[in-house]
Amino acid sequence: MQDIVIIGAGIVGSFLAHDLSKYDLKVTVIDKENDIANGTTMANSAIIHTGYDPEDGTLKSELNVKGAKMYPEICKELKIDYQKCGAYVVACDKEEIKILDQLKNRADKRNIRAHYMEREEIVKNEVNISDDVIKAISFPDTAIIYPWQCAIALMEEAVINGVDLILGEKVYKIDEKQGFFTVYTEKKAINTKVIINAAGCGAEKIANMIEKSPFHITYKKGEYFVLSKQANKFVNHIIYPVPTKVGKGVLAVPTTHGNILLGPNSNICESEDLSTTSEGLEYVRNHLNRIVKNIPYHEVIRSYSGLRPTGNNGDFYIKPSYKNKNIIHLGCIDSPGLASAPAISAYVIQEYIKKCLDLLPKRKYVKRKAPPVMNQLCEKEKNDMVKTQPLYGKIVCKCEKISYQEIVDAIHSPCGAKTIKAIKKRVRPGMGKCQGGFCEIEVAKILSKELNIPLAQVLYDEKHSNLGTEAKQW
Amino acid sequence: MVNIDVAVIGGGSAGMAAALSAKENGVENILILEQGNELGGILQQCIHNGFGLQVYNEELTGPSFAQKLIDEVNNNNIDYRLETTVISITKDKQITYVNEKEGYVSVKAKSIILACGCYERNRGAISIPGVRVKGIYTAGEAQKLLNIENILVGKRVFILGSGDIGLIMARRMMLEGAKVLGVAEIMPYSNGLMRNIVQCLKDFDIPLYLSHTIIDVQGKEHVEKITIGKVDKNKKLIKGTEKDFWVDTLLLAVGLIPETSLTQTAGIQLDAHTKGPLVNDRFETTVPGIYACGNALHVHDLVDFVTMESKLVGRFVAEDILSYTTTPNLINVFPLEGVNYVLPQRLNKDVKEKVTFYFRVNKPYKESKVEFLDGDRVIKSVKKKYMLPANMERITLKKDEINNISFDLKVRVSEI
Ligand SMILES: Cc1cc2nc3c(=O)[nH]c(=O)nc-3n(C[C@H](O)[C@H](O)[C@H](O)COP(=O)(O)OP(=O)(O)OC[C@H]3O[C@@H](n4cnc5c(N)ncnc54)[C@H](O)[C@@H]3O)c2cc1C
Ligand SMILES: Cc1cc2nc3c(=O)[nH]c(=O)nc-3n(C[C@H](O)[C@H](O)[C@H](O)COP(=O)(O)OP(=O)(O)OC[C@H]3O[C@@H](n4cnc5c(N)ncnc54)[C@H](O)[C@@H]3O)c2cc1C
Repeated sequence: MQDIVIIGAGIVGSFLAHDLSKYDLKVTVIDKENDIANGTTMANSAIIHTGYDPEDGTLKSELNVKGAKMYPEICKELKIDYQKCGAYVVACDKEEIKILDQLKNRADKRNIRAHYMEREEIVKNEVNISDDVIKAISFPDTAIIYPWQCAIALMEEAVINGVDLILGEKVYKIDEKQGFFTVYTEKKAINTKVIINAAGCGAEKIANMIEKSPFHITYKKGEYFVLSKQANKFVNHIIYPVPTKVGKGVLAVPTTHGNILLGPNSNICESEDLSTTSEGLEYVRNHLNRIVKNIPYHEVIRSYSGLRPTGNNGDFYIKPSYKNKNIIHLGCIDSPGLASAPAISAYVIQEYIKKCLDLLPKRKYVKRKAPPVMNQLCEKEKNDMVKTQPLYGKIVCKCEKISYQEIVDAIHSPCGAKTIKAIKKRVRPGMGKCQGGFCEIEVAKILSKELNIPLAQVLYDEKHSNLGTEAKQW
Repeated sequence: MVNIDVAVIGGGSAGMAAALSAKENGVENILILEQGNELGGILQQCIHNGFGLQVYNEELTGPSFAQKLIDEVNNNNIDYRLETTVISITKDKQITYVNEKEGYVSVKAKSIILACGCYERNRGAISIPGVRVKGIYTAGEAQKLLNIENILVGKRVFILGSGDIGLIMARRMMLEGAKVLGVAEIMPYSNGLMRNIVQCLKDFDIPLYLSHTIIDVQGKEHVEKITIGKVDKNKKLIKGTEKDFWVDTLLLAVGLIPETSLTQTAGIQLDAHTKGPLVNDRFETTVPGIYACGNALHVHDLVDFVTMESKLVGRFVAEDILSYTTTPNLINVFPLEGVNYVLPQRLNKDVKEKVTFYFRVNKPYKESKVEFLDGDRVIKSVKKKYMLPANMERITLKKDEINNISFDLKVRVSEI
């Protein structure tokens, strides 16, 4: 019998697993995907918003402000990327300046640093700002993270501390029994006292397995372009238009690795459809023109899309089931779900888990050891690494300068990478300009060797995404 | 820090040919740095024939062409390191490379030759709409998987783009028992060599859809269906022309781009059209002492041209090392109507010998003339029966013709 089953290994499920692993509990995390953070956590703007945007009195406003303040410490502890790059919300006319004033007011009330900037000062810091921009607010504390790195690091520490992680199995049924639940996947039936429904876009379906879901999700797709590192001077801060009812609008966002994201749009989808569309990307282009100019589209290396699980009233839905307080729904976790995630976890534990289970701190809690990142070392340190393990000197990915051994490390880490995409998420081969054209085969060969499977059976991501079939021998 | 005379980055056909010619012209201390586990570069995966007619007067496969150069490199005792990746270069020609044995090493070179080849434009670069599932490969990647690793990436294949690698892969996959359902090309003409259209598509009854592009890719875990449609002159979809193909694989042959990731730290300027470095008539980039050749400079159709060009560059490098005189780059070379790019992009004021210009037209031309202009004055006019964007054109100007130029040099093409 487990104490808790967490359904979903996105950023929210990962924070919960991590935070709960500090207590003497038997925790299992289940995700239908073959890796941690393959859902919405894999496809967003990666911004830790400071929290000036959500309406007063919402859970979003409370948890965003709190979550944003928790990140610096957490990222330092886990030795993962966090950059306070700052954000400019820009206005192009009088009406928009009025909205800036509202934002400034809200920011002041919530103790969020914010100051006005006139065009002259904006242009000094951002040469590619559009000619229409007349005023802006600078939010110096807005930050960026590397979302799936964060989720993976959290989950690794959770697993080191005894959390059981099940990947590649979809929850399709939940039975309520006397005082406990049985959670079914294709391969397993797991008994548990408490369920946390952190299934992102799948949360409503999970809720429906127990009761008529008390919340309703609308999928809203957001599409992006990714620019290569060669374009990293395009903007230095996150550039937002003023927010509208529809959302935060189309942005230009630096990433922690020196790329730039352009997007997203917001389009309602009938199903969990993650395709990119020419119309969507056209919308992104058209709307960006309002806030920036000289956009280096020739540096586009990729486009992608993510799905927001958006609720009816615009707020997160975080409550126990009406039927049974031992199942807690985390529904409608759309933006700022990432920024709020650490606070969501703390809130759920404080408000609900403590009421269903006794939480006793573990005697011994083990910290995760972050794997070495060659790119972040100085030449002497790099050479020391190569001396102890020569394969740190063998480069597999030219674009991102990733060594053979870093890939091996990722395969043998606590939540080891089993697919090409999982390697890409952990160490980045294939994230550069050639998009894996050169190195994907090499990565597949390393997986084949380390996991002891035939090359043709190495998976890119989900089942049936293997490289191919062995050609016939002549 | 170790000093070398000429460091060659990349041991493909360009790097080897340049190194051989530098040696032949008197440079002793040469080092080739190659990331792969053998010399030869991309040729090692091109197991079909058609190579070597111009350089060796015989028809060879890619690997046997490469082997000829490798043998010469060995016979001439040219030093090389394999499984060695160059991480960065600076404008003072300091090179940092890494391998398992030596770790991170910095060396100082008198001259550097960039011969790091090219990469393939991929799905991301052209933003193909649809789902991002497995089953989409660049043609070169599928070629490597099949020819080197013996893995067939799919059974029912569609190809986007009519570049040569795609055409060759169409034939190759048919021979391995896969079915190629068609090739779509967004332009109204093919981007591949005529002989490849005939030998790889026509001979296998594979339809070529000109003025067509991909408008959707569908599938859950793997590609299941693609949709193509006809486009108008502005490359906009013509509604009602959509066509579905049930395939498990989409190959992309949508162009090659010079690999220039090392140029930024050295401050080397790039050409917006070739996407490779800007060079003068001696193939010197905008940073003195750093040269470029082969696909790292501009994309070539045939390895024979790569080899010939690189031999020339090897000689220039040798001459410049033995007696270097800087002449300011004074004459700019521009493409005008009908010309996609022209190379070299700059000329020294006093060239020491004839200069061959390489260029590509921006659409097919019949019965036309290529004109070189100095200001408004036509200094040379060459008639051409037929020119295609897929074929790199070459025209040579004599030393005197160039040294008399007083303004810029411009190149244009028009039909007669
Ligand atoms: C376009 C876009 C931009 C965004 N930008 C930002 C931003 O800049 N800042 C910010 O704070 N937030 C942003 N967000 C929101 C943020 O990304 C999400 O709120 C956050 O990632 C949600 O995390 P999660 O863990 O709840 O969901 P997910 O990451 O989706 O995780 C849920 C997991 O549950 C699994 N699952 C679902 N059903 C089942 C089942 N039946 N069985 C087993 N497993 C199941 C899924 O596979 C998935 O891995 C953005 C969102 C989008 C779409
Ligand atoms: C996929 C493909 C198929 C082709 N098919 C044909 C064909 O059928 N017929 C034909 O005539 N031509 C073909 N060509 C064109 C032509 O043959 C090749 O372009 C030619 O061999 C290119 O030579 P190169 O030396 O410029 O580049 P490459 O052969 O690509 O060599 C570049 C070398 O540089 C190395 N390198 C790159 N960066 C670094 C670094 N940082 N440090 C160390 N080493 C580095 C690479 O590993 C590589 O070995 C093809 C080209 C490609 C890309």
